[in-house]
Amino acid sequence: MTLAATLLAAEGGANPLIPHDYELIVGIFAFAVVFLVVGRMLVPRIQKTLAERTDAIEGGIKRAEDAQAEAQALQQQYRDQLAEARQEAARLREEAREQAAQIKAELREEAQAEARRLIEAAHAQIEADRQQAFSQLRAEIGRLSTDLAGRIVGESLEDEARQRRTVDRFLDELESSSAQAVR
Amino acid sequence: MSALTVLASSGDEFGAPTPEELFQLPPIIPGVDWFTKPVLLALLSSVLVIAFCWAAFANPKIVPRGVQNVVEYGYMFVRDQVARPFLGKDADRWMGLLVSIFFTVLVWNLMGVIPILQFPVASHIAFPAVLAIMVYVIKVYLGMKHQGAVGYFKNMMFPPGLPKPIYVLLAPIEFLSNLIIAPFTHAVRLFANMFAGHMLLAFFSMVGFWFLFEKLTPLGAPVGVVGVVMTIILTGFEMFIQFLQAFLFAMLAAMYIGGSLHAEH
Repeated sequence: MTLAATLLAAEGGANPLIPHDYELIVGIFAFAVVFLVVGRMLVPRIQKTLAERTDAIEGGIKRAEDAQAEAQALQQQYRDQLAEARQEAARLREEAREQAAQIKAELREEAQAEARRLIEAAHAQIEADRQQAFSQLRAEIGRLSTDLAGRIVGESLEDEARQRRTVDRFLDELESSSAQAVR
Repeated sequence: MSALTVLASSGDEFGAPTPEELFQLPPIIPGVDWFTKPVLLALLSSVLVIAFCWAAFANPKIVPRGVQNVVEYGYMFVRDQVARPFLGKDADRWMGLLVSIFFTVLVWNLMGVIPILQFPVASHIAFPAVLAIMVYVIKVYLGMKHQGAVGYFKNMMFPPGLPKPIYVLLAPIEFLSNLIIAPFTHAVRLFANMFAGHMLLAFFSMVGFWFLFEKLTPLGAPVGVVGVVMTIILTGFEMFIQFLQAFLFAMLAAMYIGGSLHAEH
């Protein structure tokens, strides 16, 4: 280089290929400052940031994948829970239906028992009434008998046959009325 | 600014700007010889690069905002287009150096089209040379470290799998191209592009200025218009070249470093 420079310098005084001393010094200084500040201080910083950015982007992708997996798991879980809830609801409905049927049967049973009880009470009442009627009738028959007897005794016994007929008729009446009362 | 000084000294005739006029600039403060425009711009470039990178990366966020987006885009560009293709898994270790080189050279170059400043720092050979020499030193050091002092030269000058007589020709060529010419072209490619680009822009802008403002004549006006239009077009083109050269400079640095880390086949 110096060789070439000297060769060219031989041509004339102001050779643009011959560097000025002070420009060399300034050039060294100017570049050294740039290299120290930019090359040594700032470039490592941006390199670190770029590496972090790459990490962040990759991390972002990873996070997105994780989130998606989580969402899918959650969806599956919800689906399971929903199916479970449906089953539960069906079971509850079934149970309610059974209970309703049971309650209905019980009520019917109760109603029937009540009805029976009422019928029985009615029967008993009727029987009692009948007994009462019968006993009253008995008393009536006695009274009527005495009455009749009085009448027979009171009336002159005009006709024996007639008398006999009267007694027979009375007895027949009595019989039929007694049979009616007993029935 | 330089166009005005040129015009003042050229009298009535239009004279194209010469390299001396464009590139040998007087000290900004009379008496302080070293403090010239390119020196000022080189220092300003460092300040700008540091300021932008500081605003972007001092407190980097995982979700980037504002300046961080822009500078991060530049960082990604260097990483994916410069570092990874040539350094592979070692890319991250060398990002500091490569980002510094790319941003510094890019700002140096862009100084050529920033209004008022308008001087590409890299058009003074000292600045590209500093970077090229630094890369060269790193390259040779890494080569000897990773391939051994002898192995480095052996891998460079005697790549295996060739007929013996070829080496007579190949060995000196490889030595010359890798150790002498490579750093020189590394620096000169950038320097010459910026140098030529600046001259072109200066020439066309001076044509426009001269024929439209200094000596406005019916015949000269169309020439002045052409000069202005060309200046605009070439400024766009120059911005592309400035970016491309910064990219190329960083790419070659990565290539040299990568070549020293792993022996070429």
